[in-house]
Amino acid sequence: MESDEAAEHRVRTMILEAFADTIIPGEKRGPDDAAIAGVDVGGGAVAGGAIELLEDPAGGLAPALDTICVELDEYAREHAATTGLDLNPDLPPFVGLPFESRTALIEKLTSPDHPDKQMWVGLALFCNMAFDSAPHLHTVEALATGHPGLLAMGYETPDSDGLWRFPTFSYGRQLANPHPSTTATGSPA
Amino acid sequence: MTATESTDVLVIGSGFGGAIAAYHLAAGGARVTVLERGPWLKADDFEHDFKLGSSYTRVFDFVIGDGMSVLGGNCVGGGSVVYFATMPRAPRFVFERHGSIGRRMWPAAISRDTLEPWYDRVAEALPITQQTWDRVPYAGGLFGAACHHAGRTANPAPSAIDVDMCTNCNWMMAGCRFDAKRSLLLNYLPAALAHGAEIRPLHEVQHLVRNDDGSYRVHYRVVDEEDYRILHGEGTIDAKIVVIAAGAGATPVILQRSEPHLGRMPQAVGRYFSGNGERLNTAVFDEDRVREVLKLSRPDGRAYEAYQIGRGPTVASWDRLDGTLPEYERYSLEQLYFPPALGTILAQVPDASPSWFGRDKKEMLRRWQSWLTIFTMSEDDNEGVFGPPPETGNAHRFSQQMLGHGPLRYQPTANTRRGWSLADADVKDILERDGLSRVMPWTNDLVGAYTVHPLASCRIGDDPATSALDDRHELRGHPGIFVTDGSAVPGALTVNPASTIAALAERAMPGIVRAARERGVEVTYGAPSPDGETAGRRAVAHLRS
Repeated sequence: MESDEAAEHRVRTMILEAFADTIIPGEKRGPDDAAIAGVDVGGGAVAGGAIELLEDPAGGLAPALDTICVELDEYAREHAATTGLDLNPDLPPFVGLPFESRTALIEKLTSPDHPDKQMWVGLALFCNMAFDSAPHLHTVEALATGHPGLLAMGYETPDSDGLWRFPTFSYGRQLANPHPSTTATGSPA
Repeated sequence: MTATESTDVLVIGSGFGGAIAAYHLAAGGARVTVLERGPWLKADDFEHDFKLGSSYTRVFDFVIGDGMSVLGGNCVGGGSVVYFATMPRAPRFVFERHGSIGRRMWPAAISRDTLEPWYDRVAEALPITQQTWDRVPYAGGLFGAACHHAGRTANPAPSAIDVDMCTNCNWMMAGCRFDAKRSLLLNYLPAALAHGAEIRPLHEVQHLVRNDDGSYRVHYRVVDEEDYRILHGEGTIDAKIVVIAAGAGATPVILQRSEPHLGRMPQAVGRYFSGNGERLNTAVFDEDRVREVLKLSRPDGRAYEAYQIGRGPTVASWDRLDGTLPEYERYSLEQLYFPPALGTILAQVPDASPSWFGRDKKEMLRRWQSWLTIFTMSEDDNEGVFGPPPETGNAHRFSQQMLGHGPLRYQPTANTRRGWSLADADVKDILERDGLSRVMPWTNDLVGAYTVHPLASCRIGDDPATSALDDRHELRGHPGIFVTDGSAVPGALTVNPASTIAALAERAMPGIVRAARERGVEVTYGAPSPDGETAGRRAVAHLRS
C-alpha cells in the first residue's frame, strides 16, 4: 500500500514531468504514460533527467516544487474551464491537458507580463538544461551512458582522459578580406 | 568578530581592475590585500564538465535582473578566467560618444590616442597577439566566408590566447585547463604575489566605513566554498587606500550599501549602467549550402558541423564601426560560441510558435553542431539603474552557485533597440543569403536583455552630475577610494571591452600610487611588465605626472 507521502510525490513527479515534456518533448515510456504526451521520438527533457535536476538541492528550485505543482494544477483547471476542455478526473489537471494546451499555458506563464514569470522561466530553464547539458551528471558519464540530449545534439566525445581536444579545427585559409582601416595592432581604427 | 587587521591598500576584486592595481602597488612597495568573493582555482581545477558544482558553475555568476541579466566572473582572476580573451581596442569614435547626456561623456583627457600607450602595456603584459586565418576555427571561418560572400570584411580578432597551447575545446568559460588562455592567473596576479600581495578568495566585501583618520574599514563575509548561499564569519580590514574592482554588477552595490557609513554617494553610482549594447543571434546552417555556396569542406568531408570546436569568438566584422555613421547605428558583429544551457534556452526557432521551447526547438537542438552564434556589440543608452542593494553580495543567490536575482533594472530605449534592430537585419542579410542558414535573435522575453560585458555603473567623467569618478578614477567626495573595473568605463564600446578596461586601469595606476604616497604609504610607480619586459614602461614614462 502506497503511503500518502509517496502518493503525493508520485503525483508531483507526474506534473513536473508533464511540464518538462512540454519544454523538450519525448516519446512515451509505455502505453499508460500520461505525463509524457509522446509527440516526439527519442528521449526529451524527462529522459534527460529533468526531475532529478529539479530535485537537486544545488539548483535552488527544490523547496518550491510542491507550490509550483499546486499552482500548475490551478492554472490548468482555469485553462480547461476557459477553453471548454473536460479534464480526466483520474489525472492531475495539468497532466490531463493535451500537449497543445500545456504549451499554450506555459507560453502564458512565461510571458513578460506574468507576475510569476521568473519562477516559470526558471522551471523551464532547468528542464531545458537537463536535456542539453545534463548538469546533474558528470558530462563524460552522461555521454558514456547515452544521455538523450547530448546525443541528439551530436555533442562530440572527449579523449580518454575526459578532456576535449580538436587537433583538426580550421579550414586553414583566408576566407575574408580584413577591414581596410585595421591598425597595426590588429584592432579597428 | 576578530580584531581588525590593517593594510596599506585594500583591493576588492581580482579581475583586470583589481589584479593590475594589486601588481603595481605591491611592486611599488605597498602592503596590498586583495579580497575576492569567488574561489581560487588553477589550471588543474578547471574541469570539462557541466555538472553543478564543477568549475563551470563555480567561476562565474549569472545574475538575473529586471530587464537585464549579467554574466560575470566570480573567482580569483575574475572575468579573465571565464572570458573568451578577445582583445580589440575600442574604435576612435567611441571616445567621442555623447550617449544619453548630449555631450562628450568621456573625460577630456582620454581619447584613443592618449590611451594607446596603456593599451600597449596591457598587450605586452598578457600578452595579446594578432591571429591568423590558418589557425581560425571552423566557426570563425564560416562567418568570415559568409561575410565575404555578402561583400563584407572580416578580421581574425586580436586575442590573449596562446594558440600553440590551445586545444580548441571551447570549454573556456569553465576556465582554461591548458593555460592557453592568458588569464590574470598567469601574469599580473602571480607577479603581485611575488611582490608580497595577499589574495584571499571567498571573501565577499559587504560595505565600507570611514575611520576618523580618513582611512577606510572594509567589512567582509566569508563565503562557503561549495554553497555560495551560505556565508560564514565576518571580518574587517583597515586600509589607507581602497581600490574597488568588483565588476560593474557589484561595485555600485557595495558603494550603495556603504552610503549610510560613508555619506552621500555621487548620483552616478548605480546609474548609467551599460550592457555594451549586446545582442545575440543564432543561425542554423544548411550544410549542403555551406558546401555549394561557400565552397567550405573539412578534411573529413563535412562542410561545417563544428559549432563545438574552437575557442569562443575568433572572427569579427567591423564594417559598421564607422565613425561617420550616426551614434547608435555603429556596432561590431562577432562569431561566438556559447555552451549549451545558457547558450541554448534563449535561441529561437525561425517562424515557430512557441519559438524557444517545444517540438521545433528540439528539432533545432538536433542540428546544434550546425549552429553559428553572432554577437552584436552596439551603442546602448546607459539606461541601467540599480535598485536598493540586497542584504549581502550583489544578488539574492538562488542556486548553490551561478544563478541569482539582482537589483539591476534596464528598459532599453528606442536608441538601443534601433541599434539592435539594424544589427539583427545585418546578420540576417549576411547569413541567410542564398539559403545559407536561417537566423533569429535570442529572445529578450525570458530574462530580459543580457550582457557578458557589464559597464559604466560607476563611471569616470568630467561632469560630477553624470559621473561617479573623476578622470583619475577617484570616487567623487570620497578621497582614497578608487574604482578601476568595467564600471568605470563611461559607456558601450562596440567591441569586447577587456582590453579597454585593463588599459584604463593601467592608466589610473600612477595617480593611485600618488594618492597612496600622500596618505603616507611608501610606494613608487614604475614596475615593469609582470614578466619583466620594459618596453611598455618606457613608453608611458613621460605620462606619469
